[in-house]
Amino acid sequence: MIEFDAVRKEYPDGTVAVERFSLAIPSHRVVALVGSSGSGKTTLLRMVNRMVDPTEGSVRIDDVDVRSMDRVRLRRSIGYVLQAGGLLPHRTVADNVATVPVLEGRGRRQARAEALGLLERVGLDTALADRYPAQLSGGQQQRVGVARALAADPNILLMDEPFGAVDPIVRDQLQQEMRALQADIGKTIVFVTHDIDEAFALGDEVVVLRTGAEVAQRGTPAEILANPADEFVASFVGAGTARRTLRIREVDGRDVVVDGDDRPTGVLER
Amino acid sequence: MNWLSQNLHIVGQLLADHMVLSIPPIVLSLLISVPLGRLAAGSRRLRTPLLTGTGLLYAIPSLPLFIIIPAVFGFSLRSPATMITALTLYGCALLVRGAADAFASVPQEVRLAAAATGHSPWGMFWKVELPLAGPVLLSSLRVVTVSTVSLVTVGAVIGISSLGTLFTDGFQRNIDASIVTGIVLTVVVAFVLDAVCVLGARIAMPWRRAVSRA
Repeated sequence: MIEFDAVRKEYPDGTVAVERFSLAIPSHRVVALVGSSGSGKTTLLRMVNRMVDPTEGSVRIDDVDVRSMDRVRLRRSIGYVLQAGGLLPHRTVADNVATVPVLEGRGRRQARAEALGLLERVGLDTALADRYPAQLSGGQQQRVGVARALAADPNILLMDEPFGAVDPIVRDQLQQEMRALQADIGKTIVFVTHDIDEAFALGDEVVVLRTGAEVAQRGTPAEILANPADEFVASFVGAGTARRTLRIREVDGRDVVVDGDDRPTGVLER
Repeated sequence: MNWLSQNLHIVGQLLADHMVLSIPPIVLSLLISVPLGRLAAGSRRLRTPLLTGTGLLYAIPSLPLFIIIPAVFGFSLRSPATMITALTLYGCALLVRGAADAFASVPQEVRLAAAATGHSPWGMFWKVELPLAGPVLLSSLRVVTVSTVSLVTVGAVIGISSLGTLFTDGFQRNIDASIVTGIVLTVVVAFVLDAVCVLGARIAMPWRRAVSRA
């Protein structure tokens, strides 16, 4: 369990990234922090592995204040997936994946063998192991980023706009695979995104943030869609737009779901 | 050619002297400049004094420097140590700025990723910053290498023997072959040491070639 307890972050120049934020994230759940830029979502994420220390309040992991933990060890115990994978450009794919195990003193050979297993796990050909990140496509780099985050078998995964830098088709595919992977590994995942569809696609729970990390609404994707808390959330999720207002129309004895513009989006199974 | 074949032994000795005077200052200035450059790149407060301070070293004319160094460090005027110290100072004058630029060229998102995966500050320096600063560092190092090899010849004026001795000697005794040999060999030494830098970098930075092929 990850708990944010009344955290606040004010930078020396007076900018307040996070005003006052509290949230409990249960273990083995996927929670999406979603908001536009300036919502403080990335700052919140970075408080978990102490890339940022809050000015006030505390973050606890399983009841232990992260401030009492050594930064470096804490970070090695938490998987972190950055935008575009955040890979080290001078290391091969296998070495990137093995980063944390090698830092922790694991033998190179064993770390490499495990890295190859992880590459397969995220759907990559092990023939890519000796390439460098620049030789990979954006989607492949993202997968390597996920494999690296899983290498030390952490309980917690932090993902910062994990699939933001790839094209929509690849993003859909990565999101599907991420769901399948999570069904298997059951990590506690916190991810931030500005894309509400990504939040709905991956999050068990979604937290919609306003400027300064003020919680506008918290709930399951269905709850938020069914009942947006206010105007802000409604416009953020696009409630009332053609895309979100679906109707059923009968065609040849089947129920076809159409959007507000009468564009078919799928078939209803009963 | 006749002169050269008769003086092969002397030329060989001067070539060896030249190497002994060139290589230590190149290595020393690299060893000194990398940490100073890292400091300059990492601290806004230290940046200006470090870069301006070391940059000014280059403004000191070499002949007075050859007098000041023995006085300050207690070397004898004609000792190789005087030459090595002077050239190390000149090397640092160029390399500290080069190293600062090299460390500044390491992308911020890569530092962030390295920190997020739990690199300690030391691990970050050795495993991430230094290798990624490599390409920019190399270009400064190559300039320092070539300029050091050519500056070594200046020592001949105050009697520190090197390939430069072939010029001073050749001028005084009017032996054109000696002057030409000195010039050609100095250029060859510069080329060879430059090639060593490039080759070393290629081995140390395998990802650069792999990526440029892709």
